Amino acid sequence: MRSLHLDTVGAVDAARALADLVEISPHIEAAAVVAGDGILGDSVGVPEGRADELARAVHELLERAGAFRSEGARLAQIHAELGDGEVFTVTGTQGQTVVAVVGKRTAAGLVFYDLKRCLAAIESKDGHGS
Amino acid sequence: MGRKLLRFAGFASGAVAGTVLCRRVFGAAGERVDVYFDDGSFVTFAGRSSEAARLVPLAQRVLAAVRPA
Repeated sequence: MRSLHLDTVGAVDAARALADLVEISPHIEAAAVVAGDGILGDSVGVPEGRADELARAVHELLERAGAFRSEGARLAQIHAELGDGEVFTVTGTQGQTVVAVVGKRTAAGLVFYDLKRCLAAIESKDGHGS
Repeated sequence: MGRKLLRFAGFASGAVAGTVLCRRVFGAAGERVDVYFDDGSFVTFAGRSSEAARLVPLAQRVLAAVRPA
């Protein structure tokens, strides 16, 4: 499996970062960026008309999972293994979350690595871009 | 004879109940949610725990959103 090296291409917009993510990680069926307030940024592989439902579900998942945090800690990642797929999220310090749905079981560490690179590229763009 | 039949019926119904229970418990054991925090700590909620029951349906909603029926 190849790995994503978005740091080598510098800051990119979210749509490009997500497209690169699913291209480099063929196990990822769909991916999206959700802002801290639950607003969907960009997505790839999400069927038309389903993006809002995806954003709502991700936002609620993050809210509930965050309730289990210990004092002072911030929710950073979620990995949900389900019967017919897996869900990964990585949340950055700026509150944005990259979520990915994986169909075939794969190494969680690699998926998290690629999601973190993707998020870093997006945050870099947001921080230094237009 | 009647007592033997009663014992057998009790054993059989117990075995069936045990099988159903095992299937329910271990059937859900494959579903789990790992939650990681930025201080390096993480928690795993698996099976039919109350915490998993709060998170798994939302993760399934995420999955369903990208895989409409």
